[in-house]
Amino acid sequence: MESLQIPPVDLRLLTPLLIVVGWAGALLLIDVFFVPDGRKKITGYLAIAGLAVAGLAGIPLWNLSGSTFSGMLVLDRYSLALTWIFLIAGALSIAVALDYLPRHAIEQGEYYPLIMFAVGGMILMAQSADLITLFLGIELLSITLYILTGFAYPRVASEEAGMKYLVLGAFAAGFFVYGIALIFGATGATSLAGIAAYLGRQPFAPQEETLFLAGASLVLIGFSFKIALVPFHMWTPDVYEGSPTPVAAFMSVGTKGAALAALLRVTLALEEAQTFWLPILAVLAAATMILGNLGALGQSNLKRMLAYSSIGHAGYILLGIMVAAERGAEAFLFYILAYTLTNLGAFGVLIALEQRGEAAWSIDDFAGLYQRRPLLAVAMALFMFSLAGVPPTAGFMGKFFIFTAAYAGGLGWLVLIGVLTSAIAAYYYLRVVVKMFMQEPVREVRPELTRGLNTEILIAGVATLILGLLPTPIVLLVERSLVALGG
Amino acid sequence: MDVILFAITAAVALIGAIAMLVARNAVHSALFLLLNFAAIAVLFLLLQSPFLFAIQLTVYAGAIMVLFLFVVMLLGAERVEDTPDRIAWQRPLALGLGAALVAVAVVSVLRGAWEVPPGGEAAATFGDPAQLGALLFTNYLLPFQVTGIILLVAVVGVAVLNQRGRTTSTVKRAPSGD
Repeated sequence: MESLQIPPVDLRLLTPLLIVVGWAGALLLIDVFFVPDGRKKITGYLAIAGLAVAGLAGIPLWNLSGSTFSGMLVLDRYSLALTWIFLIAGALSIAVALDYLPRHAIEQGEYYPLIMFAVGGMILMAQSADLITLFLGIELLSITLYILTGFAYPRVASEEAGMKYLVLGAFAAGFFVYGIALIFGATGATSLAGIAAYLGRQPFAPQEETLFLAGASLVLIGFSFKIALVPFHMWTPDVYEGSPTPVAAFMSVGTKGAALAALLRVTLALEEAQTFWLPILAVLAAATMILGNLGALGQSNLKRMLAYSSIGHAGYILLGIMVAAERGAEAFLFYILAYTLTNLGAFGVLIALEQRGEAAWSIDDFAGLYQRRPLLAVAMALFMFSLAGVPPTAGFMGKFFIFTAAYAGGLGWLVLIGVLTSAIAAYYYLRVVVKMFMQEPVREVRPELTRGLNTEILIAGVATLILGLLPTPIVLLVERSLVALGG
Repeated sequence: MDVILFAITAAVALIGAIAMLVARNAVHSALFLLLNFAAIAVLFLLLQSPFLFAIQLTVYAGAIMVLFLFVVMLLGAERVEDTPDRIAWQRPLALGLGAALVAVAVVSVLRGAWEVPPGGEAAATFGDPAQLGALLFTNYLLPFQVTGIILLVAVVGVAVLNQRGRTTSTVKRAPSGD
């Protein structure tokens, strides 16, 4: 038998991914053998160090681009920028968990490597140029999150949330795989380039592409579930509420960001079939913006409110994806960054108020926060303004870029819905601010601020302000990061 | 010859499936399902897919069903109590969907779905284990490795979710989804 010819592999292109996954694996062992019980924070610090090293290792790759592993993974500035965003999200999620876990008596050293594995899955999704690796990235991320969701033993809500997420997630994974199989049947390829070549060989005629369209629809359903687009969003509030708050924070920015980033790449590859997916995404985006924000209106539980708000924001981000070929991709990257920092900050404040055995998620617990903890209240107000899209915050600039890009791309009616729903959203975000600054406390809630939490809220707050006040350097960086993204 | 073999295995598969449904004892059900899997494995062999045959036997019949039996016996859930169906519309819906599936199958057979489409003849080496293995180690090297990492995460998850309930024994969950 002839010897196997392994195609050339360029591991340099995968440096951040390899560091994250390799360090996570090593950390599992280090945690078991060298870190004593009760001092598991060390594992957390080591995990943050690993993520930082992976981020630094990405810097020399800025001028590098290419694909490896038979074209399954690509490295371009788009994926590199996303990698950095994901690393930041992972590191901040670990920072808020450092004290949260022991305070709730659910500390296990495995938490930190698991977050790292999830970040690895996200990077894999951002770098995937093949539906198979994309699926594996989604699964690596999802399976990790199923575990982390059920982490808060013995809280029953956490168990329930983990189970719900697992069952629905498995279902969505089924849709996704089935879709890939049908697309492969129709086009003979799983690589995005191969599918694009298939679609480009002749003008797109929907009536002749039934098999392909069936597959693409199923893949779209899989994506919609992960991004929590209406009507595939039902699981989100329950899962966010049940899971430990740092995990909810990570999920709200991580899963969403990675799945949206992958969706952007897929839609760029399917540009020829735009007449098919553009109307579908438009309806999904409209429904998501409207129902996500309306759902948040009635919530008095802040964790659920943030869950609905994250659904609404996915709708806005979807606008950027729909016009990605024009200037949408830049707006998309900026929005993801702004949303990641803001949302992690808001969850950080939530964690500061949360005590063992009793949750302080009710909006009444925020009443009079300004008198007790002025700085914390100011930070929370900043995050709420940013989520609502009030200048001069990151959220405002993000919405501004998304809406202008979508308007220029001819999606005027969606922009109108976006602006109207933002106005609705302002009501429930500002309600929190009003409570904090203008009302007397209803009951005694003692916020516990620790070093990790302080740092996280500070970083998120400062970044939210800087992105809002001086967006130009970031915008330039983002613009440059998209030079190579030809689809 | 092929037709006779097919008829026998198909009959065994059908009997296994029906017996699994009507058996009152969960262990018997599982064993009948095992029979069904074995028959389907033989069907794969008749379709010239030795690799699928081996996979069907080792993975489904070997690993999954053994695990299944193990859990059923461990939980002592052999006996089914005669409780009325909680969800009343479930049974008619299942019957309806099953009938629809049969109808679709019959229609596609009547329309000649078994004829090989032009150019659709499978290559002689299709499904050949050696080729599959070669692909796994060349073109699909990366997915192969990533799958390994996913399995590692799943194993860690089992350990994590069980460990935290050390004082109780209520944790029975596998973290892999698909």
